[in-house]
Amino acid sequence: MAVTALKDYQFEPADRVENFHGNQLLYVGWEDHLLFCAPFAFPFPPAMRFGDVVEQVLPAAFGYHPDFAKIDWAAAQWFKSGQPWTPDFNKSLADNGLGHKDVIRFRTPGLTGIKGACS
Amino acid sequence: MDMNVPKKKLSLKEKYSHMTRGLDWEPSYQSKDDVYPYAKYEGIKIHDWDKWEDPFRLTMDAYWKYQAEKERKLYAIIDAYAQNNGHLSVTDARYINTVKLFLTGVSPLEYMAHRGFAHVGRQLPGAGPRVACLMQSIDEIRHAQTQVHSLSNYNKYYNGLHDFRHMHDRVWYLSVPKSFFDDAITAGPFEFMVAIGFSFEYVLTNLLFVPFVSGAAYNGDMSAMTFGFSAQSDEARHMTLGLEVIKFMLEQDPDNLPIVQRWIDKWAWRGTRVLTLVAMMMDYMLPKRIMSWKEAWEVYFEENGGALFKDLARYGITMPKCIEDITKEKEHLSHQAWATFYNYGAAAAFHTWTPDEDEMNWLSEKYPDSFDKYYRPRLEYWRDEAAKGNRFYNKTLPMLCQVCQIPMLFTEPDDPTKICYRETQYKDDKYHFCSDHCKAIFEHEPEKYIQSWLPVHQIYQGNCFPEGTDPTAEGFDPLAAVLAYYHMNFGRDNLDFEGSEDQKNFDAWRGVATSND
Amino acid sequence: MSNVFLALQANEDTRAIIEAITEDNPHAVVHPSPAMVKIDAEGSLTVRRETIEALIGRSFDLQELHINLISLSGHIDETDDELTLHWNA
Repeated sequence: MAVTALKDYQFEPADRVENFHGNQLLYVGWEDHLLFCAPFAFPFPPAMRFGDVVEQVLPAAFGYHPDFAKIDWAAAQWFKSGQPWTPDFNKSLADNGLGHKDVIRFRTPGLTGIKGACS
Repeated sequence: MDMNVPKKKLSLKEKYSHMTRGLDWEPSYQSKDDVYPYAKYEGIKIHDWDKWEDPFRLTMDAYWKYQAEKERKLYAIIDAYAQNNGHLSVTDARYINTVKLFLTGVSPLEYMAHRGFAHVGRQLPGAGPRVACLMQSIDEIRHAQTQVHSLSNYNKYYNGLHDFRHMHDRVWYLSVPKSFFDDAITAGPFEFMVAIGFSFEYVLTNLLFVPFVSGAAYNGDMSAMTFGFSAQSDEARHMTLGLEVIKFMLEQDPDNLPIVQRWIDKWAWRGTRVLTLVAMMMDYMLPKRIMSWKEAWEVYFEENGGALFKDLARYGITMPKCIEDITKEKEHLSHQAWATFYNYGAAAAFHTWTPDEDEMNWLSEKYPDSFDKYYRPRLEYWRDEAAKGNRFYNKTLPMLCQVCQIPMLFTEPDDPTKICYRETQYKDDKYHFCSDHCKAIFEHEPEKYIQSWLPVHQIYQGNCFPEGTDPTAEGFDPLAAVLAYYHMNFGRDNLDFEGSEDQKNFDAWRGVATSND
Repeated sequence: MSNVFLALQANEDTRAIIEAITEDNPHAVVHPSPAMVKIDAEGSLTVRRETIEALIGRSFDLQELHINLISLSGHIDETDDELTLHWNA
């Protein structure tokens, strides 16, 4: 039983993809940089180029950190749902296999935050 | 010879029994199942409601008498505090932000508790617990009213308190306490009793009220101290009711044990997640500290809760599994929570700041294993950047946990440098959690939690702008629109304490109060 | 045996109550803190009506405790004459 209830109890999920006006949610976290208290949530069209996320969206989200300008994107390690993963910057989110509410993280070797404290 | 034998007074037990069992009756033309439709579906088996032991035997006449006395004491103090400009005697204006958090986050829960206990008091088939729930329901609305009344005095002078009820249903961080209580009140009557009556009132309430109330006393806030004590004086009755319910269920049928244990596990965790707000209040928001969150947890949970669970062991109840992780988290909780509000200080209805040097030293001393290593560097960086005019305001919305609804700010229990990510698939969608425990709660009742009203997702769905807003219009500013929907005034209610209207007014008024200029 | 505790507001009403409790429970430990007093006792703690009455010189209804009670722990046994907190383990 998926819920303890008196009667039949089934509802649409509040966050199904149809509710986001053509977008899907993507969560992005930057490892070792907890100056940003939590990973971010973004609504993106599935056809958006992955490289555009990195080049046009992430600077506004993470740019405050002094490490951000030092990132060598070619060396960045990516994880999807915690597993190593390699995105193709020139392909769309959908073609990279990213669906609604997927979570990705990136690690930037050599960059470990304020005073190396993962901040 | 005539002897005037005085009529023997009824004992407490007899009086109470007349009021409860004596006033109860067996339905004759309706079935009991129809009269109490929620009594069985949760799977709890009760064979004999007469076995219920009333913990406190307060009859209605005594109840009204003592409650009236509490009210008289309370209002005498509230009036004196207001007449004497008591708000200017608090340690410093930063303190008032704890009051804002309390009014918007906690007082509406008192009202929900009133509703919850009224509902459960109607639905439980036993007369003893019904009467106890009725009294608790009246207590809870008294708490809501006295809190709102006491704190309304601050609303005359300070920002962020003007629309607490509206905010409670909408603002991102207030969805945490709101959804906690909504979860409890939408459960069956027995789960509600374990959630609120036992886990919250018995196990965790001391962590909310005792530090908050002593904190108010330490920081010169006589009005909050007084309503706190006045409310707390009812809690002893509530706590014993919560404990009695647990014992009663466990004594009635051995099949109840696994259900009760699962509820205790769930609600110990849900409650502790909500108390994250109290942790940061104690460690960061009280200008004069009483004790650290970690110390409060050790005294009120580890010592006290330890005794409780040792006692319940004879029924087969064990300490909730999550306690091991909470024990690890106590080193980190308040720092991670405050960092989050500092990040999103532009979207909060209270002010945030970086602790000054003395306060950071206090934190180092209280948290020798975690503060300097993990948290001081980021706070110092923020402080230095703010001094250069580059105060950090995070403008990108965070990922939230599907169950507790808190941004995913918690780290792995054994690694404070790594955010704890957990996920699961249910039907067509993925769901994300801050911890194994929130994930387990979801997996037990996914149909309930797939409906969570997650503020970040609701904003992205376009449901959190004032009516008539066109998000496609040129120059649309989503943050401004969301704050308008929250009824928050940009530049007055939010942003850093440094430079705020509250700070300037408090200094000016205190100057007037203590000099002849 | 674990501790039970009773926390009371510190005021004129409770001064005699606290005194009575310490008289009746020699094993109890009183911890004063700002505006309140927490009384810990191993195993059990009993509040007796008669002891309080002897100290205040008037009759006392044990339920008057509710006005100044802040918190407690343990199981409760309440009669007209005594209120006892205890753990069974």
